[in-house]
Formats: sequence, C-alpha cells, structure tokens
Amino acid sequence: MKLDFVIDGNNFDMAGEASSSVKRSLAKLGVSPPVVKRAAIAMYEAEINAFIHGGGGEAHVEIESDRVEMVIRDFGKGIADLSLAMQEGWSTASEQVRKMGFGAGMGLPNIKKNTDELDITTAPGEGTEVKMVIYIK
Amino acid sequence: MKVKEMVKNLDMEALTDAGMENEVTGVYACDLLSRVMSGCQEGDAWITVQTHLNVIAVAELDDAACIIVPEGIAAPADTLEKAEETGIAVVSSQLGTYELCWRLHELLS
Ligand SMILES: Nc1ncnc2c1ncn2[C@@H]1O[C@H](COP(=O)(O)OP(=O)(O)O)[C@@H](O)[C@H]1O
Ligand SMILES: [Mg+2]
Repeated sequence: MKLDFVIDGNNFDMAGEASSSVKRSLAKLGVSPPVVKRAAIAMYEAEINAFIHGGGGEAHVEIESDRVEMVIRDFGKGIADLSLAMQEGWSTASEQVRKMGFGAGMGLPNIKKNTDELDITTAPGEGTEVKMVIYIK
Repeated sequence: MKVKEMVKNLDMEALTDAGMENEVTGVYACDLLSRVMSGCQEGDAWITVQTHLNVIAVAELDDAACIIVPEGIAAPADTLEKAEETGIAVVSSQLGTYELCWRLHELLS
C-alpha cells in the first residue's frame, strides 16, 4: 500500500494528520500494536519536525507485508550539525513553540529508538529528508 | 471505568460528547509532547495543560482514553471541534494535576 501526504507548513490544524492516517492504515492491516506504536512515534516526530523546523514538505509511505517505509521530506533550512541534532535535549525550537509542548529535543532520538533503519539526508539550505524503515514481524 | 463514570465520580465537566464510553485503564500526566508520544499508553487518561489543536493528534496516536485539562483551564473551540470529529474525549477539572492523579489512583484501584 502506498500513501502520499502534503505537510502544509502554514496549517497547524493538519500537523499530525499524516501520522494519524498511517497509524490507522497499519492498525487496519492487523499489524501488531507495539509495531504500530513505534511507527506512530517515528512518523509523528518526523512530521512535526518537517512542519516546525522545515516549513512543511511531503511524506511518502509504503506498507509491505514485512516492512513499513516512511519518507518525510521538507524544503526548509536543513540541519547544519546532524550529530548534535541527534543528541537528546538539543533543540533550536523557539520559545513560542516550546510553550506549546514541542521542542523537548527528543524527536530525532525517539525516531532513532523506534526505527530499524534510519537515513537522514540534509544540508544547510537544502532541506531535510528522513527515511525510516520499521520491520513488521 | 468508562470516561463518563470518571467524569461523574470526580465532578468533572465533559467538553465533548465524543469518547465518553472509552475505558480508562491508567493515567499519564505530562505536557512535553515528545514524552507523551512515547510514554502515554493505550487507555490512559492523559492530564495536560496544553489545549491547542495538536494535542488531539497526540491523544489519537497514543490511543489515550481521554484528555483531562486540569485547573479549570479552558480549551479552545477548534480543539474541541477536532476532538469531536476524531472521537477523542476532552474533559475539564477544577483540580490540579497532583490531586487529580491521587483521586484517579483511588478510583481506579
Ligand atoms: N526537518 C528539519 N529541518 C531543520 N532542522 C531540523 C529538522 N528536524 C530537526 N531539526 C533540528 O534538529 C533539532 C533537534 O530535533 P528534535 O530532536 O526533533 O528536537 P525538537 O524538534 O524538539 O527541537 C531541532 O531543534 C532542529 O534544530
Ligand atoms: Mg522534533
């Protein structure tokens, strides 16, 4: 099954919609709840990052019998120092965004923890692509 | 216990019609959404002072039984509308988070 989403950087109402949709699809396909939860966490964090830090973008998801692949791409400012960004607690989120409960600096570490394969392609000024694979056993 | 029973027992106010039949099996209290995403478990009543639209997506992704807004904090209309659409229960309490956790613990055990 293939799913495509637009992550509208101007529409806060929709942030998290792609993740909800993927979660529902996985649950409907009978994927085990712990795997659904891991996919939901990873997809949500990547989607919110594309929205908050990347100004919006798109998501492509492919669900196969043994794996789910989630690719989130944005056209924002990119990440200058990826190893720093991967550290728990590191965040450049604004005060306003933090007040809303985002910006704990746990998104990328949570993605790492909950995926079986993670590949992040990013460069300053060139956006960010986060490719995540979770095996379905 | 069902959400509607919890509302009645703890003198809460239901802000939605949706989700009142959901079963509450635990409690989770936190306002940092990344933490909630991984820490809140299916069936938990999630206590948070955050009331913006995105909390509905988080509650849905976590299969939370309901969202409890403490300290009589108001929830905006767009959040409640989305909750109704998504089938997420949102309830409000005059109590603070500590007292809510304590009373819910008594009620659930
Ligand atoms: N899609 C992105 N575009 C630009 N910067 C990003 C993106 N994703 C993450 N970052 C950078 O990495 C940091 C850490 O991300 P994360 O662990 O998700 O924490 P948080 O989102 O809470 O700040 C962010 O604060 C930001 O500086
Ligand atoms: Mg993040």
